[in-house]
This record gives sequence, structure tokens and C-alpha cells, in this order.
Amino acid sequence: MSGMDRRGFFGALVLGAVPLVLHASQQQQPGDTTRAQIPQGDAGFLPNPALAGVSRPPVTAQDNDPLIVGIEHRVRCPCPCGLDVYTCRTTDFTCSYSPERHREIMGLVQQGMTPDQVVAALVAKYGESTLMAPKPRGFNLVGYLLPGSLVLLLGAALTSVILSRRRGAAQVAGFVPAMAGDRTVDASPDELAKLAQAMRDLDQ
Amino acid sequence: MTLLGTFCLWATILVSTWGAVLAFSGRWRGRPELVGSIRGAVFAGFGLLVVAAACLWQVLAAHDFNVEYVAAYTSRNLPTYFLVSAFWAGQKGSLLLWAIVLSLFAALAQWLTARRYADLLPYVAGVTCTVLVFFVLVMVTSANPFERLAYTPADGRGLNPQLQHPAMIIHPPMLYLGYISAVIPFAFAVAALLSRRLDTGWIHAIRKWTLVSWLFLSVGITLGMWWAYTELGWGGYWSWDPVENASFLPWLTMTAFLHSVMIQEKRGMLKRWNLSLIIGTFLLTIFGTFLTRSGVIASVHSFTQSAVGYWFLGFLLLAGVASYTLLYTRWPQLEAEVQLESMASREAAFLFNNLLLVGIAFSVLWGTLFPILSELVRGTKITVGPPFFNRVNGPLGLLLLALTGIGPLIAWRRASTANLRRQFVWPLAAFGVTFAGLLLVGVRQLSPLMAWSLAGFVLGTVLQEFARGVRARHRMYHESPVVAFVHLVARNRRRYGGYLVHVAILIYFVAFAGTAFREDLQVSLKPGQSVTMRSPFGHNYKFTHLGISQYDALNRSVSAATVEVSEDGRSLGVLKSEKRQYVDGLGRPTFNPSTEIALRSTPQEDLYLVFESSVDGTEEANYRFTITPLVWWVWYGGLMLVIGGLVTMWPAATGGGTGSKSPVEPGYAAALAAPGGSAA
Repeated sequence: MSGMDRRGFFGALVLGAVPLVLHASQQQQPGDTTRAQIPQGDAGFLPNPALAGVSRPPVTAQDNDPLIVGIEHRVRCPCPCGLDVYTCRTTDFTCSYSPERHREIMGLVQQGMTPDQVVAALVAKYGESTLMAPKPRGFNLVGYLLPGSLVLLLGAALTSVILSRRRGAAQVAGFVPAMAGDRTVDASPDELAKLAQAMRDLDQ
Repeated sequence: MTLLGTFCLWATILVSTWGAVLAFSGRWRGRPELVGSIRGAVFAGFGLLVVAAACLWQVLAAHDFNVEYVAAYTSRNLPTYFLVSAFWAGQKGSLLLWAIVLSLFAALAQWLTARRYADLLPYVAGVTCTVLVFFVLVMVTSANPFERLAYTPADGRGLNPQLQHPAMIIHPPMLYLGYISAVIPFAFAVAALLSRRLDTGWIHAIRKWTLVSWLFLSVGITLGMWWAYTELGWGGYWSWDPVENASFLPWLTMTAFLHSVMIQEKRGMLKRWNLSLIIGTFLLTIFGTFLTRSGVIASVHSFTQSAVGYWFLGFLLLAGVASYTLLYTRWPQLEAEVQLESMASREAAFLFNNLLLVGIAFSVLWGTLFPILSELVRGTKITVGPPFFNRVNGPLGLLLLALTGIGPLIAWRRASTANLRRQFVWPLAAFGVTFAGLLLVGVRQLSPLMAWSLAGFVLGTVLQEFARGVRARHRMYHESPVVAFVHLVARNRRRYGGYLVHVAILIYFVAFAGTAFREDLQVSLKPGQSVTMRSPFGHNYKFTHLGISQYDALNRSVSAATVEVSEDGRSLGVLKSEKRQYVDGLGRPTFNPSTEIALRSTPQEDLYLVFESSVDGTEEANYRFTITPLVWWVWYGGLMLVIGGLVTMWPAATGGGTGSKSPVEPGYAAALAAPGGSAA
């Protein structure tokens, strides 16, 4: 790194990142989606509509309603795809279940239900498996908490063992060989002098 | 050909059984000619399976629809290059691929392993022959790809449209190479246990095999993500599907092993743990195969439900009990040579890294199996989908990312306070600057905020390591920065290749976090109508529907919806999404209409366009437009990972010269290790 010290190197790195951050700052406004509708002429019939998959009615404003989309992301499509209702109805166009579930959810929302009430109504009707993830209560808590708890417990146990060993172990100071089996350094005095200098430089 | 193919399968069972019996009986001890016979059995098994594979290729290429497998997965008009992927498109062909890859690796292990481990090789052959016998036995009894039908259909069913994708030519072989090569480290581990040669030597013998396995698995998983992203049409690349999870599990345990093995090599610790990880990795590959092929858990990726799943379950239990029993019997001989001395040490960081990797593996396994457990305990069916996995694994993943940066900063054995301060100051500054910058630009979601800030921390660590190494070389040898950089990497490929892999991992995290800003819009457009979307990066995209055209292509009828795209008033060209109705050679529809997405990918964000349907049979089209930031970086991360992995694996030079090892090298490595202490 001739001509540039460590401070200079990292300074340049930080300075280089600033314009990128500012650029993103001016641009980033997620979620602003608008539709600029420019009505045009008629759409003629396709020569062979059957080849274009299952025909569907036009998209409505409710299909993009964040409230409905949010609910649909929480609810599983009953087909074997394993996807949520929103993803399935906008991906698997041969599925007849997800459009049906979509209409049902829109109907429940139109009745004035909140998202939680809609989800509760669906669970009451179809069972808990209709949720993309089980509710974190009762036995399901075991599912949510066991992995993290085990990691925490084992981490704590590991820490405790290491600390207790440390207390019992003799203090070892000095130079640490870096490579297995290298109990001696195979270098000439000149090389060792260079090494010592490099180590001092590293410490600065 | 089918007769020859079946004969080869039976012959493989015979020669592999011979090899296994001979290897485990121990009669080869003191009789070199028997060792040759064991090796011969391994090579013969490989040769026989190559012939069997050639037979399957031949019947596929000849469109011999009297063969059940050919009729089920091909048609006369299937493009030739997809005949390649038809080989492994079904249960039977993919099992044959499993067996061939296994026998290939078994042969390579015998051929390439250094002679100083020669006493392990007969046992290695015994293990690989046993696993091979199992797989081929499953094939000939339950899933023979050479099975003939009682009649000959005029044409085959064709290949599933989702498998008619370039990634399907390379993704499964890569994944299989990674999955199956895990047998070799397992075989060496068993060999070490059986022969009681439990020093660190056998670890050296398998480290590169594990790296090879890990690299193929990484490439296979990344290619699988690419296939899912560009073919399945939902706009994402990872959905925590059971089959995806099955490939991720051994990757996690292998990654843990690749870290913990360093502790065994350098300090003689964690011998039991490393053996457990290697055995566990092998068992997880068998478990994944069981999951994919048993139908026990529903998945879009899995093969048809069949009886072969129970074979795998039985083998999994048998192999698990046998291996861990063997490990238990050698337990006293696997005592650590030294004990861990300090929390502030590289060893401790690696231990916690292992804990997290295995913790994530457990959590993925737990989530995958939890629906079964819930049904057993409560009698209630539940779904465990992405929200569960994201919630449980998200914090663990962030902790792991933090440790990716912390580990290389801490010295082996014990780090002093001054050393820690010196090592952490710049990476922590990088973390702080990134965090503040992100807050400044309005990022408030906790997961991306933490992921990107920690990525800044890890990048700071890696850059600092490279910068210090280059400076040290510059001062010691007066090399220019570029030459110093090249020599630095060349002289310690394992360490600096590892850092490149760390960069790849942080790139993955950066890209994954971008998903939080995904935008979707569903819309109906008549020809000439437009819609605009504002992207998370503030660009205004205008999509104008041009119309739908219908035409016939090679083996399909196509309805193509075209959209003109402009970004902030600047035209980007035309994107085309298709509905495809695949037909066989007689023009009969073979599968439901499938959808091909249109994609425009840049480092900043991806435009993802899906032609959902025609509106009431007219040229008016329903579309879904999706904008997802940073997806491009997933594939770039994959590339970086491959580069890092290859650097790590590349054999060290043995001659003289500046690029090779010289007598001062250990001292130089020590210079980097102390007092910062980070030579890997």
C-alpha cells in the first residue's frame, strides 16, 4: 500500500460510499405505485383463446388493495403449491382454489371485518392449516421458541465452560504460533528482524 | 439395451457387495492382492454404471417409448438438449444419476487420495460400496429405469414444462455432485474410526473432499434459486420448501465442519464434534433424499410418492445407528489435545459460529418436520411456511453474519484487549457508517437495516485483512500493492479464499434483504394502455401493453404478450411473457398451459413481468409487474462464492520462486497472526 496509509485507505473508502448513500437518499421512496390509465381502443378476440390459458376477468382495484394482499399473504392456498393465496393467484393460473379464496377474502373485508377477523373466520372454517405459519401460542410456541432457546442455552453453557476453564488454566503469555506443528520459526536472523519490524508496523 | 442396462445394475450390486464384504472383513490386511481386488470392485462398479447410463441415454435418444421411463418423460418433439435433463427428470433416472455420481466419487477417492492414507482406503471403499449397493438395490427392486411397458405408445408424455429450462440441465447434476460427494468424507470418517487412526491426518485427507462437496452444493443451490426465480413465476427464489430445505441442511453442517476442522488441525480440539458433523452431514443427505422421494411432506419439487421413501428411511436409521455407535466406541480416544482457554479467541468464535450453523440447521429441520409433530401431538394439521422460517431463522442468520466478521478479527488462543481494540475499530466504523447512512436514506425496517449494516461490518473486516496483508508484504518484500495482493492470496489461498467466500455470503445477505422492498402490481391492460410503477430506488417505470400474438414453436403453441418498458422516460425496449401449451409429436396437449416470465435484471433492481391471462379471450391482458431490488446480487454472490471456493481449494505450489512456499513463510504467517493474530 505504497503512498497511502491505513487511515487514508479507509477514509477514501468512506468518502467513496457517501455519494452512493446520498444518491439513494434522493431516490428512495418505496411503495409509491400509481397507475396512469390511458384508455385505448378495443381489444379484439384472440385467434385461439384456449391456448392462452384460463381466461380471467379484468383486474379490479381490490386485487391490489394492500389490506387484502396482506391478508392473502397470511393464508395458504389449498392447492398443493404450498404458496400463499396472493402468490398463488398471481402465479399459478391453472389453480381454481386461490381465485375462489381471494373472492371469499374480499367478501369478508366488504362485510367490514378487520384482517385479524378475516383470518380468524378462515381458520374457523378451514382449520389452522389454512395459515401460512401457525399462530405463536400453545404447542406452536414450542415450534417458534425451541431452536432459538436451544442456541441460547447451548451458547450460555459453552460460555460458562470456557470461562470456568479459563479460571483454572495457567496464564499463558507470549508469542502464538500460527500454524499447527510450527513450534519453531524456520527463518534466518535477517528475516526475523524483518518480521519483528513488520509486527511493530502492524501494531501501529 | 434395457436388458444390458438391467444386467449392469445387477452386476454392480454383485461387485460392490464383494468389495464391501472384503473391505469390512479385514482379510485384506497383509494381503495386498485383496486390496487390489477391493479397488477393482470400486472401479468396476463405476464402469458398469457408466454402461447402464449409456443404455438409458440410448433409449432416450432413440425415443423407445416401450421403455416406461422414456414414455413418461420425453416426446418425439422434445428438443435434444432437454433429452439430457430428461435423464434425471424422474425418480428412476435420478436414482441412476445418484448411483453414477456416487461410484464416480468412490473411484476418484481411491485414485486421488495420497498414499499416506492408503491404510484407510479399503474401509473407504467398503463404505462407498455399501452405499452403492443400497442405491442400486433400490433401483432394481422399486425404480428400475429400464422397465418396459406391455405396449408401445405412439408418443411419450413429454417433459414437464417447468423442467424445460436451461438450469435443469445443470442444476440437478451440480446438486447431486454436492449431495453425493458428502459420502466420501463420511467414508473417511468411518475408515478412521474403524482403523482407530484418529489423529488429525485423516482430516487432511477429507478437507478438500468436503470443500468440493460444499462448492458443488453451493452452486447447485444457487442454480436452483435461479431456476425457481426464472421459471416458477412467483417472483422469488427461495420459499423454504421442504425440498429446498433438504438441500440447505447438509450445506449448513458442511459449512460448520469447514470451520471447526480448522480448530482440529491447529489445536487438536473438537475431534468428536467434527466426526459428528461429518456423519450428520451424510445422514442429512440421505434424509433429504427420503424427504424428496417419500411424499411424506408435500412439495412442488418432490418426486411422485413411492415406496422408495421407506427404503431410505430404513437406510437412514441403520446408517445413523451404526455410525454413531461406532463413534461412541471410539469416544475415549477422541479426547482433545488442548483445552479452549479464552472467550476472546478464534477458537471460541468458531465454536459459536458452529453453534449458530448447527442451530440454523436444527431450526430448518425442526420447521420442516413440525407439521408432522404437531399432527402427532395435537392431531391438528398446520402449515409451516416462509413466515415461520423467516421469523425463527432471521435473528440466527444475522448473528451468523456478525460472527462472519468477528471470527477473523480475533487471534487464535487468546486475544488481548489492545489487540481487540485495534482489530475492531475499522470494521465497527464501517458498521456505524452503513447504519447511519441507511437511516439517513430512510431505511427503517429492522431486518434490512441490520443485514446491510452487518454486511458493512463484514466487508470492513475483509478489506482490513487484505489491506494489512498487502501492507505487510509491501514492507517485508517491497512488492507493489498489486503484486503483494496476488502473492498474499497465492501464498495463503485457504485463508484469503475463505475471505472471498465471506464476501460472497455478505453479498447474499445484502441481496436477500432487498426482498423486503419488493413491489407488486396486478393490472389489466388493453393494447396501447400503460401503467407506471415507482421503484424502491425511485425510478418511474412505464409499461405499455403492445398486444398478444399467438404462434406455434418447436413443441408448443405460444401466446406471447409484449410490453414496452421505459424508465424515467427512457425506452428500455420490449419484454415478452408467454403462455405455452406444450404438445407431443402428434399435436396433443401434454400438460396444462405454463407461463414464461419476462425479466430485466440490473444490479439495482429487477423488473419481473408475468402474463397472467387473457381477459375473457381478448387481447386485453392481465399482468403482474414485480420490482425487487438487488436480486442480481444473488447470482453475483454465487459467482464470488465459486471463485472463493476455487481459490481455497487450489493446490499449493511446490516449487521455489516468489509464488511458492519459502522458509520464511511460517514466520510471515505468524507476523499476520500476532498480535492481531488472524492467520488462518
